[in-house]
Amino acid sequence: MKPSDKTKGTKIEKMTEVMLANPVKRRSFLKGLGVVAAAAAAPLGAAKAISDKAEESSFWETFFQKHYKEMSAEDKLKVFARIERETKASHGVEVKVQDPQAIPGVKYAYALNLSRCNGSRRCVTACVRENNQSRHEPEIQYIKVIEMPRGTMDPENGNLYYQGESVPNEGKFYLPVQCNQCNNPPCTKVCPVEATWKESSDGLVVVDYDWCIGCRYCQAACPYEARHFNFAKPNITAEEINPNQSYLSNRLRPKGVMEKCTFCLHRTRNGKNPACHDACPTGARKFGNIMDPESEISKILKEKRVFVLKEELNTMPQFFYYFD
Amino acid sequence: MILRSYALFWMRMIQYAAVGSVKFYLWILFLLALIIPGIAAYYYQFTHGLIVTNLSDQVSWGAYIANFTFLVGVAAGAVLLVVPAYVYHHKPTKDIVIVGELLAVAAIVMCLLFILADMGRPDRFTHVLPILGRLNFPRSVLAWDVIVLNGYLFLNLHVSGYLLFMKYLGRTPNKLIYLPIVFISIFWAASIHTVTAFLYSGLGGRPFWNTAILAPRFLISAFAGGPAILTIAFRSIKSCTKLNVEEGVFDLLKKIVAITMPINLFLLGCELFKEFYTDSTHVASAKYLYFGLHGAHMLTPYIWSAIAMDLIAMIIFVTPRLRSDNRIFIFGSVLAILGIWTEKGMGLIIPGFIPSPLGDIVEYTPSIVEFFVCLGIWSLGGLIFTLLAKVAIGVLTGDLKENSSISSQH
Repeated sequence: MKPSDKTKGTKIEKMTEVMLANPVKRRSFLKGLGVVAAAAAAPLGAAKAISDKAEESSFWETFFQKHYKEMSAEDKLKVFARIERETKASHGVEVKVQDPQAIPGVKYAYALNLSRCNGSRRCVTACVRENNQSRHEPEIQYIKVIEMPRGTMDPENGNLYYQGESVPNEGKFYLPVQCNQCNNPPCTKVCPVEATWKESSDGLVVVDYDWCIGCRYCQAACPYEARHFNFAKPNITAEEINPNQSYLSNRLRPKGVMEKCTFCLHRTRNGKNPACHDACPTGARKFGNIMDPESEISKILKEKRVFVLKEELNTMPQFFYYFD
Repeated sequence: MILRSYALFWMRMIQYAAVGSVKFYLWILFLLALIIPGIAAYYYQFTHGLIVTNLSDQVSWGAYIANFTFLVGVAAGAVLLVVPAYVYHHKPTKDIVIVGELLAVAAIVMCLLFILADMGRPDRFTHVLPILGRLNFPRSVLAWDVIVLNGYLFLNLHVSGYLLFMKYLGRTPNKLIYLPIVFISIFWAASIHTVTAFLYSGLGGRPFWNTAILAPRFLISAFAGGPAILTIAFRSIKSCTKLNVEEGVFDLLKKIVAITMPINLFLLGCELFKEFYTDSTHVASAKYLYFGLHGAHMLTPYIWSAIAMDLIAMIIFVTPRLRSDNRIFIFGSVLAILGIWTEKGMGLIIPGFIPSPLGDIVEYTPSIVEFFVCLGIWSLGGLIFTLLAKVAIGVLTGDLKENSSISSQH
């Protein structure tokens, strides 16, 4: 192991940590008392909604919008333009919504070296910045890092909310978990409206945010907690918005729909690595094309003793772990 | 001609449903007083999003889905009147079976409302419809559920609507028009609760639900809780209306629960044995539910009260001396309803999420918004059943028939 591997004493980025340390987002009962007030304000709110013409017109536009797979190229351009317009109206930010397609002959896989991961959660922060997640209420993060005691691989024994001045902590190892982009995904199977599916060639599991009905069945089905729900309209400021967006990945999500890690589809389908990969300070993350036998990922899968999480569920992840 | 009298039938029904005694109006007012806050609470949720609930990414289903699950059982329970009435020609049951079918209708409407309340995007309900939508059938069990629940609603509306119309016209109903549908609806009743159980038991990542006896447990608890609800419904109908509900109906329901309630508890025991004797890591959810896990034990008092209520109800149901006393039997029925509602609603849905697949423990109790939405839906269901039953009773007692004037009631 190179000396740089053990980056002991790395200052963790406090902001995220403190937020992560907040264990339960149980909303107070008091908040509910607002209902009575809301009831009184109901007619007022309705009037406001109607007066808001721009929002009104895009409501009907999305109401009649087709499923992603049924849209023509022309339809898509209109939809992307609408999303750009909406973001401009809501945040004053010029964004570009694209729709990069799978690269022929490419199937992605991820491998994570648990001997190297030091639990800095840099991947978590980078992911949130890249993918325009809601920052608070709800706070959405695609990657969860579990601090694990030695001698177990059962996440129930670990701690999701570890905090402190530095990582890694004595006697612990760190297990980052995100979407496994399963080859046999339980989440897409259960979706009642096919709003989520596995892309046939590069294997990414994606969501059409404009088709999802928000039933959250996929969330119940996923054994990796990789699906995250927009319990409210996402909270993100203009400065936080990443303008490089794609329809199936990091564009701003509407309220009440599911979202998830797509291995940064908008980056990876353009030949880049996912944001979490590039943010890792220890080089624990390896990403690439398993169809290319010469790629680093192919070599790791061949040479390292890799394993997957919850193998007994036969989800067949495209996300592997190993120790070396 | 028939269309004209059908349209008139509807008008007369609506008129008949709107006119009643002071007691009737008070009851309607009471229900409205609960429905209106429910609508306000739902409006609040609709505008702000599900963040006003206490649901989270960890516990993503709660009170709405728990009530939904219970009510599917209530709807399926109506079949316990349908079988004796149409298959065995049990006279006392045959006289009132339509009211039982209408209870199923009200229960299904409540189910659909609970699903709607749970959806993040209720405005996209068209996505489950044919042509407009893209129903993931047959892969998604939820797609199956959409079909079986709506189908059951349609079947029950068809049978009860047709029979009532014929009775109203004073004609003998054509068996070919309703009997095949009745037989389909008997199997369909089993299917709605089986499919609803499969929603949960089909998820490998949730070991607490991933059990083969979930569907049988759902059915048997429906056949224990259903008659309890039917008993209470028909006792109130008997005391408030002119409809003569013969004791034979209640005797039948008593016989049913004397068998189904012990089986319900037996199946619960089987589940407990499997969980706790095996004592694998999968026991965590059951441990959380019954004893608490890592200091979290919000549900323990509820599940033990549920089991206590189930047990007392069972003792009442199986002891001839106790169940023959109507008041004790009604008390037992109330306990059975509350016990089963807790045990297979909140006691089944919530622990499935605790601990989460990654070992996170986030507890859940409904928020005040959820509470009012639930109460509103239950009351709306009560209102729907009241009005449907009122009209049906009017037709069955001959108050409402083609050649009578509306004033002849009361």
